[in-house]
Amino acid sequence: MAHTGSLSGWGRTAPSTARIVTPRTAAEVAAVVTAAGPRGIIARGLGRSYGDPAQNAGGTVLDMTGLAAPPAIDADTGVAVVDGGVSLDTLMRAALPLGWWVPVLPGTRQVTVGGAFGADVHGKNHHTKGSFGNHVLAMDVVTADGSIRTLTPDGPEAELFWTTVGGMGLTGVIVRATVQLQRTESAYFVVDTDRTRDLDELLELLTDGSDDTYDYSAAWFDTTTTGAKLGRAVLTRGSLATLDQLSPTQRRDPLKFDAPQLLTFPDVFPNGLANPATLRAFSELWYHTKPRRDRGAIQNITAFYQVLDLFGDWNRVYGSRGFLQYQFLVPFGEEATLRRIAERIAASRHSSGLNVLKRFGAGNQAPLSFPQPGWTVTVDFPIASGLHRFCDELDELVLYAGGRLYLAKESRTTGANFRRGYPRFDEWRKVRDATDPEGVFVSDMARRLGLTS
Amino acid sequence: MGNPQSVLLLGGTSEIGLAVVEAFANDRPMRVVLAGRPSARLDEAKVRVEKLGCAVETVDFDARALDTHADVIRKAFAGGDVDVAIVAFGLLGDAEKAWTEVDAAVELATVNYTAAVAVGVGLGERMREQGHGAIVAMSSVAGERPRRSNFVYGSTKAGLDAFYTGLTEALRPDGVGVTVVRPGFVHSRMTEGHTPAPFSTTPEAVAAVVVDAVRNRQEQVWAPKPLRAVMSVLRHLPRPVFRRLPG
Repeated sequence: MAHTGSLSGWGRTAPSTARIVTPRTAAEVAAVVTAAGPRGIIARGLGRSYGDPAQNAGGTVLDMTGLAAPPAIDADTGVAVVDGGVSLDTLMRAALPLGWWVPVLPGTRQVTVGGAFGADVHGKNHHTKGSFGNHVLAMDVVTADGSIRTLTPDGPEAELFWTTVGGMGLTGVIVRATVQLQRTESAYFVVDTDRTRDLDELLELLTDGSDDTYDYSAAWFDTTTTGAKLGRAVLTRGSLATLDQLSPTQRRDPLKFDAPQLLTFPDVFPNGLANPATLRAFSELWYHTKPRRDRGAIQNITAFYQVLDLFGDWNRVYGSRGFLQYQFLVPFGEEATLRRIAERIAASRHSSGLNVLKRFGAGNQAPLSFPQPGWTVTVDFPIASGLHRFCDELDELVLYAGGRLYLAKESRTTGANFRRGYPRFDEWRKVRDATDPEGVFVSDMARRLGLTS
Repeated sequence: MGNPQSVLLLGGTSEIGLAVVEAFANDRPMRVVLAGRPSARLDEAKVRVEKLGCAVETVDFDARALDTHADVIRKAFAGGDVDVAIVAFGLLGDAEKAWTEVDAAVELATVNYTAAVAVGVGLGERMREQGHGAIVAMSSVAGERPRRSNFVYGSTKAGLDAFYTGLTEALRPDGVGVTVVRPGFVHSRMTEGHTPAPFSTTPEAVAAVVVDAVRNRQEQVWAPKPLRAVMSVLRHLPRPVFRRLPG
């Protein structure tokens, strides 16, 4: 059940070697945790974090995908009891036929329930539904002493619950969770599309109050254009469709969930295929294939939400050197910073094809949860020389504006920069250290950013 | 993404070694351990690296004192994981004395080869434990084909080269990378007064090659890069021809 292997994040940078164990039960998890060696232990789900939070050089990594019994869903209440290793894809496929929807879905469904808590993931509906932690009624966590504790958001161990939400697996191993699902009449979205000339027009659309009339909202914007076209964007917003909004054909099977995987990319792509020229061409094409203004289109989840889930191992397109995803947020009122960052990227040698901007709603009470009221931006850079220094410059703009970086995407910053963005880090650290005084839970990220001692 | 946070330089006053440390530190300040003989030069090196914003500590290290090496490595890793360890100490020595006087020959062999092997064993052990890291070993093109003019030096580098090339394979399953670097003639304190060979280079140019190699996990590099082709030809020349080449 154990073997030695090399692990990296989804960005394929900085691999390290660990002993990998695949437990099948919560008791097995507890046994492996209590037997962890001096280099400690960390849980890993489907490896969709971009950097190094789910790897542990020289230590033990728990492959949680072995702990994945079929979800138990109460069809009347929408309460789901799910193992930590179950993917949101599996949960969604189990819930939909019963008329229930997973309330928070990130850009991919290929993440585990445990990982979704650990990173407190968000989706395009953050401004209306918050992040994943907001929908958890209870969770079972194996702590450093090997005990299995049931935590609830406002029970006796609420403090540890909120330390675990967004805690990147450093408080314990999430073996089971109880999630409140959301009612839905269909598996389709009613979608409105707006194409904007520039970043300013986009920000205007997002702040004129119209955003609150949609459950889901996010924009793709262009970072290869400068001047008058700076940050031109395609904004897509929508809500789950009700039965009366569907066509008669769709109405016959409204909960049909059709998410094929078209193809899996082979590991043959050279470095440098994703370069400034190809990314500019991609951006030009993407922008111009979208309608200027479109209302009431009915789309399924892959079309509206998770386009990249159509492809397996799409990260291979970036070649063996991999890529870096940079996601940050700046508070409302810092729109000038957003514009400066877009200008910086457009003027730099580093190009990004996939850029997403989203307006966040209120955050939750977890000290390390990423979302806060403000703007979040995600960009994908192919690894090239000078990129780390460029990202350090972006850090400075983001942090100066009172913003922060998202740990699920993070692979390169410093501990000091991380802490600048998370003023409640010490509070988190105190609870974490109290439940794990020996530092059993540790990851490459924890060592790199000094999250644990 | 290949940004080391901590670097150990064995041969703390080595010009090439310090140039590599500076090249990494230019991107971002790091924790640096300089292992060398206590001296004014080592103190100067510490100040130089600290100016780049690095936290620097020094560890006493004498390549000749083989029985202290295990302790040196232990101390060097006491402050936490080491992301990159650079084996950069070495002597050029007096080439004629080196093959006519036994003490000179043994000293060269001890410092350049035996000590490099001793620290290599220690580094390998520590890096296997931490499950990640990179080792950079400074070899030389002089080790690729012995020449009349400096073959004792060449023989020590040939030995070092073979050891670290093998270590590359031995450590690969543990996720530890090894880069063997073969510079040509480098203008430095070590080669002062020697006539430069063709394709001569500088410590900074070698450092740029090393930083790239570590980032791209290359296992064998020449500095400057064209030397790879040059040496490939030289290795295959018949002896009567090779003997007549200048230098």
